Amino acid sequence: MSDFVQTLITALAIGSLYALIALGYTMVYGILKFINFAHSDIVVLGAWSSYTLAVRILPWLGLDPHNPATVPPFWVAAVVMLAAMVLCGVVGFAIERLAYRRLRRAPRLNVLITAIGVSLLLQNVGQLNFVFGASPQKMPALLPSWELASIAFGEGESARRVVIGLIDVVIFSLATTLMLMMQYLVFHTKLGVAMRAVSFNTDNAALMGIPVDRVVSFTFVLGSVLAAAAGFLYVMKYPSMNQPAHAVWVLLGLKAFVAAVIGGIGNVRGAVLGGFVIAFVEQFGAFYISSNYRDVYVFALLIVILLVKPSGLLGSPVREKV
Amino acid sequence: MAKAPNSAQIWTSKTNAAGSASFSDRDSGFVRNTLAGLMPFAVGIAMASLLHFLLPGMVGLYYSRIVTDIGIAIIMAVSLNIVNGMTGQFSIGHAGFMTLGGYMAAFTSYYGSMCLWGNTEIHGGFLGTGEWLFVVSCIVGGLLAAGAGYVVGLPSLRLRGDYLAIVTLGFGEIIRVILQQTGKVIESAEALKTGGLSQMIPPPVGGALGFGGVPKYTNLFWVFTILTVTLVIAYRLKRSSFGRGMISVREDEIAAQAMGVNIARQKVLAFVIAAFFAGIAGGLFAHERGVILSPKDAGFQRSFDYVIMTVLGGRGSITGVMLAAGLLTALPEFLREFEQYRLIVYALLLIFMMLVRPQGLLGIHEIWDLWPRRRTTLPPTASLMHSSTMPSQESKR
Repeated sequence: MSDFVQTLITALAIGSLYALIALGYTMVYGILKFINFAHSDIVVLGAWSSYTLAVRILPWLGLDPHNPATVPPFWVAAVVMLAAMVLCGVVGFAIERLAYRRLRRAPRLNVLITAIGVSLLLQNVGQLNFVFGASPQKMPALLPSWELASIAFGEGESARRVVIGLIDVVIFSLATTLMLMMQYLVFHTKLGVAMRAVSFNTDNAALMGIPVDRVVSFTFVLGSVLAAAAGFLYVMKYPSMNQPAHAVWVLLGLKAFVAAVIGGIGNVRGAVLGGFVIAFVEQFGAFYISSNYRDVYVFALLIVILLVKPSGLLGSPVREKV
Repeated sequence: MAKAPNSAQIWTSKTNAAGSASFSDRDSGFVRNTLAGLMPFAVGIAMASLLHFLLPGMVGLYYSRIVTDIGIAIIMAVSLNIVNGMTGQFSIGHAGFMTLGGYMAAFTSYYGSMCLWGNTEIHGGFLGTGEWLFVVSCIVGGLLAAGAGYVVGLPSLRLRGDYLAIVTLGFGEIIRVILQQTGKVIESAEALKTGGLSQMIPPPVGGALGFGGVPKYTNLFWVFTILTVTLVIAYRLKRSSFGRGMISVREDEIAAQAMGVNIARQKVLAFVIAAFFAGIAGGLFAHERGVILSPKDAGFQRSFDYVIMTVLGGRGSITGVMLAAGLLTALPEFLREFEQYRLIVYALLLIFMMLVRPQGLLGIHEIWDLWPRRRTTLPPTASLMHSSTMPSQESKR
């Protein structure tokens, strides 16, 4: 029972991260109809820029960034996260402006290949020695390792405790807040109407006076900002960071994309649902079957869902007209 | 070879100026066509032998190894081009097929060698018994990969472009993870005999550390012989009615279906054929000197390398893809000091190509389409116009 609850807590935290990243994939797919392969690298950028910033800020406050016992005040974490979000927003805007916008009318395969190119570019620029370097690092602790709650299962000596840490609660609540804000933005604001209109039919949206280019740019910035938040939260949860081009990051992005597809790509609520589904399958599969195959469960689930319901759990089927 | 007379006509019209004479009398024409159909294989094998015996003496072992690598890369890129370039599907899991085939081939030759001769040394010289075991293992690897290609090809019936890309990517990752869970390599023939069948589950192919100790049979002769077979089959496929069916699927699935092309069959077979050659290339790679096959090889990074080659070469152009595969394999060897920047240059090249020349180096043309043909019925101006309008038509889609 204690194992079950512990896995549940981990799955909720990881699931909200997947959901945050998946939102970026699903919005771009909804509007431009291509997989933004570079999105996972924006997550990496968010993670690594928050690391770089943290190791700069902490000595300035008189703290040792490599000593896990020193915990800075709360505002440091907020500043680091906001700075990473701004940086990623700018980079996301630049990518769309310089690479994807010229390919708006190109075949989808070309855009996909360009996205792979942008992804490779970001990864390998990040690996350069004067950017982030090609060696793994340890993220300094920005939040205290408080145990907010501790639930005991069993009696006496054999009791096993389940610990809910501050970081899990922060991840879950912050991610949920961001997702609710997204929900409000997409379904209750004028900008959200414009986004949905562009997603529905770009040409008609332009005829209705919607500034398509500006909406697309905004979508990229929004997705990148969410990705930056996810990257920051991810390294807060797992402080051992791999180098920017490491396969772990690409897999993180891929799983988030799988989440978007499973939920029904282009569907904002579906992305959130998919994120949690993926996290649950992965975490419970890893715990109860075998942790060696955790990536296999996710991709197997993807293939099954695509074969059974190609438009995803919440997606509506698209009929092709001749 | 049942189709040889048919495809040979295409070939003779390219290589033999008097090829049209064989239409007049069918009896002698059949023999002549069959012989002419075998011509490219003979030429290719002759060239492979020349390379094998002369090149190491001329440029040394280091550069011969680069040439071997180029040969394997060309087999991979040309086979991937059957799926990505000709049929218009988007597979980014090609290294998965390669590694699967490579593991199967290495498994067959390593344990086969142990059963036959009691050790895993190289047996026999040039074209000796050991090399034939190696060729059979490569084909076994190719067949397993082809089977996997069938399984991966099935979702392509229901999924369009980018979804399929994710499935193939997922396939490569699944292969990588599964190979990591395999058992330790059995070191000696005695252990193999005493251990019984139970040690074959999971297959003893080295796990995450890689499959070491595979006999190193790969040489220039076999790489370029298999390369010849791949190229001839790819070229004849492209010129056959079946290949034109594939191209029609790439251009417009609905129109192709309306014209009676069985698009399901075309797509799945494209995957099967491409995976078969990728598996064989994996076998060659597994037996190459200085290579230890490891699960990492199935990852998407290697798959991306081959995708870049097909994109750079021009989707559907066999010679263009050969050119790109050769360039992209040889270039890093000469840019060793700039290793850090190699992938940045790749990435910029890829983006630049997509923005400026999306059809690739040669587009849908072969290299000999670049200069005007002499024996053409069209006036020179017409053929020039033809070649200049094609890319724009393609980019419009």
